[in-house]
Amino acid sequence: MSAGHGPLAPLPDRVVRDPALLAFADEVGGVDAGPVAIEGGRTQWHLGGHCEPGTRLVRAPAGVVAFEPAEMTIQVRAGTTLDELDAALEPAGQRVALQGLPGTATVGGVLSVGLSGPTRLGHGHLRETLLQARYVSAEGLLVTAGGATVKNVTGFDLCRVLVGSFGTLGLLGEVILRTRPRPQAAAWLSGPADPTALFDRLYRPVSLLWDGATVWLYLEGYPEDVEAQTAIALEAGLVPVDGPPPLPSGRHSAEPAALRSYRPDAPRSGRFVAEFGVGVVHGEWSGPTQAPPDASVVALNGRLKNLFDPTGRLNPGRDPLTPSNGKADHR
Amino acid sequence: MDATLVAELSAALSPDRVHTDQLEQVLYGRDASLMRGDTGVVCFPLTTAEVQACIRTALRHDRAVVPRGSGTGLAGGAVPLEQPVLIVTTKMTDIEVDVDNRVAWVQPGVINLDLTRHLRPLGFHFAPDPSSQQSCSLGGNIANNSGGPHCLAYGVTSAHVVAVEVVLPDGELTMLGGLGADPAGLDLRGAFVGSEGCMGIATRIAVRLTPNPPAVATLLADFVEPAHAAAAVSAIIAAGVVPAAIEMMDQRITQAVEAFVGAGYPIDAGAIVLIEVDGLPGGVAAETAKVREVCMAQGARSVRVAADEAERMLLWKGRKTAFGAVARVKPNYYLHDTVVPRTKLLDVLQQVYAIADRHDLIVMNVFHAGDGNLHPLLVFDAREPGILDRVHAAGEEIVRASLEAGGVLSGEHGIGLEKQPFMALQFTQPDLDAQARLRDAFDPDGRCNPAKVLPQGSRCGDLAHLDAHHRERLLADGVWV
Ligand SMILES: Cc1cc2nc3c(=O)[nH]c(=O)nc-3n(C[C@H](O)[C@H](O)[C@H](O)COP(=O)(O)OP(=O)(O)OC[C@H]3O[C@@H](n4cnc5c(N)ncnc54)[C@H](O)[C@@H]3O)c2cc1C
Ligand SMILES: Cc1cc2nc3c(=O)[nH]c(=O)nc-3n(C[C@H](O)[C@H](O)[C@H](O)COP(=O)(O)OP(=O)(O)OC[C@H]3O[C@@H](n4cnc5c(N)ncnc54)[C@H](O)[C@@H]3O)c2cc1C
Repeated sequence: MSAGHGPLAPLPDRVVRDPALLAFADEVGGVDAGPVAIEGGRTQWHLGGHCEPGTRLVRAPAGVVAFEPAEMTIQVRAGTTLDELDAALEPAGQRVALQGLPGTATVGGVLSVGLSGPTRLGHGHLRETLLQARYVSAEGLLVTAGGATVKNVTGFDLCRVLVGSFGTLGLLGEVILRTRPRPQAAAWLSGPADPTALFDRLYRPVSLLWDGATVWLYLEGYPEDVEAQTAIALEAGLVPVDGPPPLPSGRHSAEPAALRSYRPDAPRSGRFVAEFGVGVVHGEWSGPTQAPPDASVVALNGRLKNLFDPTGRLNPGRDPLTPSNGKADHR
Repeated sequence: MDATLVAELSAALSPDRVHTDQLEQVLYGRDASLMRGDTGVVCFPLTTAEVQACIRTALRHDRAVVPRGSGTGLAGGAVPLEQPVLIVTTKMTDIEVDVDNRVAWVQPGVINLDLTRHLRPLGFHFAPDPSSQQSCSLGGNIANNSGGPHCLAYGVTSAHVVAVEVVLPDGELTMLGGLGADPAGLDLRGAFVGSEGCMGIATRIAVRLTPNPPAVATLLADFVEPAHAAAAVSAIIAAGVVPAAIEMMDQRITQAVEAFVGAGYPIDAGAIVLIEVDGLPGGVAAETAKVREVCMAQGARSVRVAADEAERMLLWKGRKTAFGAVARVKPNYYLHDTVVPRTKLLDVLQQVYAIADRHDLIVMNVFHAGDGNLHPLLVFDAREPGILDRVHAAGEEIVRASLEAGGVLSGEHGIGLEKQPFMALQFTQPDLDAQARLRDAFDPDGRCNPAKVLPQGSRCGDLAHLDAHHRERLLADGVWV
């Protein structure tokens, strides 16, 4: 391909024209407009540190922009709640893999916090659902990251760093998410069983929770397959139940292998529910459970923040380096 | 060649793993694209520490570094510019499996298919399976966020990378991501995957192990009309089935492949669609029936299900050797890679044929249809005067047609040098500026694979460390071909 081009201009459809997004960008404003953060459903408001006093709170625009079932993607504004998202997809027999998260949470909030719900074992990390994000930068400009198609490696992958950034790099206005068909059958089972043995016998269970004595297993799929996998679980001593146990409010991160013989270290004690195969431990205790990140990782986080938000006006007080250590009251 | 640079690199590695001879200069001057660069010193480290030593030595001599795996990239990502220190990972091939964490730690030079073979006895595989999997490296897969036929259901490389040990462009070592469920901080692992060698060099990678499916069925649907084949692809997805893979081949490529390997493809078909469904037996049976029904309803002449493993492998062998088959038609090819919304597949495909006709070129199409990932293959004989201009002009029109349909520049091959000029068609200035900042966080001085991916001037100060003369040479037409 020849390099002898003059400067090329973006195709007309790549320039944002949605009045709701333009108004949102105006509201956020540029560096002169001072500290600003988004208020979503406030379901995880305390996470990642406390919002600094004097920060102006704004709301992301809401609503479904486009849904084409045959593309298996949906374009929604970031202030849309998970319930609204699900209602739009349900008639087409589809959903987004953001299961087990509160319905009043917003799409933008869930992505900005970046913590998956308890079906991550089967559905994958929630970041895999994000194909394109439109956000307002610290300079008050609308930026598009990623692209509308399921497959895309065009340029550097900004969507990745936006998920879990707590709105410290940019404020999400609109996203395109990947959808999936809803399963034809689903079942929760529970009972006292060895999660390791069960995990090794089942084929890609959607969720396997364990509190040190009892397991909760969630299966999805075609009816015959769910039946066959259920038979394995029944044989292991499980019985059908309505759903998962209540999850303790602290969230801690471990390596999946560590859960094979998991016991909370002293002085922590109390109830826990571990996501087997994933490594998330919901425990009644709070406080850090992970070794602090390496200095090189801290430095990279800092450099990225400084390059994206040199004046520190986006969600001051919040820091993605600390999110999963605190208490999370998600119910 | 700078003798002290070579001497220092030889001392840090060993003289037999630092090369400057003529053959290497030619061999490592290009990847699988048509571009040719300017090779410098070619280093073959064995360990992370040796990669660090290469980078630090390059820094001291004010040379850029360019990472390189197997050189199968199609966008010029590994093509060296301005005689850099080229760091070739092909001797870094250790694999360590950690079944309890369901990951394998690999060095970057491990070949994609070797990993899957290594995992097979354990009941696992590495899901991304580029058509080049017999030769491409995992380092290259990570750098390009590569895809493959089975990424339709399983997702591309990024979804299968848990942690990456990286030597940063300043020589520091870091670990991005981790085996723990929620590593603290921004998803730098995710930013690194797909960074095309511009954010540092991956020296160890923890990749996810995917359990082998208990049941698999491979179907071959035969269509008279390519239009019907394209419609069937959309209809399968719209029916609520996400197969493991949906690959489409048009008549020209089907005939070439059939003559080459005898895969049992119908050579009178206008297009064939290869569909694989996998998982538990109930779903495989239900989806096989559904896919057959949808294809027949869309006008398929026949839908054949591979009767046994041997037939399955043969059907796939045809698909995976398609590029080899092309060599028997014409000596050269230019493979494009764009993505369009699935519902626009037919429309853009028809435009691709019209574009090739207008430029009097032969085009063949063999592609990941389920993802809308087009791979128009322009085949030609480079000795024909003026042909490259036509190939490039047609390529540009294909890129534009894909973008105008709402698509993206690249689905899996990356931007490299090839598509750099077109980035400004897909992105606005603030979009490009944000990408440049992401790169700057890792490589503030532009030391690692400089002048790739983002077009010149994406950010104020971009390429600032290069003088004007240098810049002109980098971007001169001589780089192309
Ligand atoms: C069963 C279950 C399990 C879960 N597991 C946990 C868990 O254990 N721990 C946990 O922490 N979370 C967990 N989650 C995830 C959590 O629910 C979501 O992250 C949360 O709902 C965020 O949505 P919100 O709209 O309420 O955001 P808010 O609480 O309003 O905001 C959260 C943060 O995101 C920022 N933000 C919101 N919207 C945007 C936007 N558009 N752009 C940029 N920044 C924005 C806010 O400024 C704030 O810093 C779980 C939820 C449930 C119910
Ligand atoms: C016939 C054929 C079929 C193909 N089919 C597919 C396909 O189906 N899907 C697909 O996605 N691609 C495909 N490709 C493209 C190519 O094989 C992939 O992009 C592959 O991942 C490149 O791997 P490599 O080891 O050859 O990398 P190289 O070509 O050596 O390098 C590619 C890029 O990765 C960087 N890099 C390499 N190693 C490292 C490292 N350790 N750390 C940091 N950066 C690094 C290089 O700098 C360069 O930018 C195909 C290519 C051919 C020739």
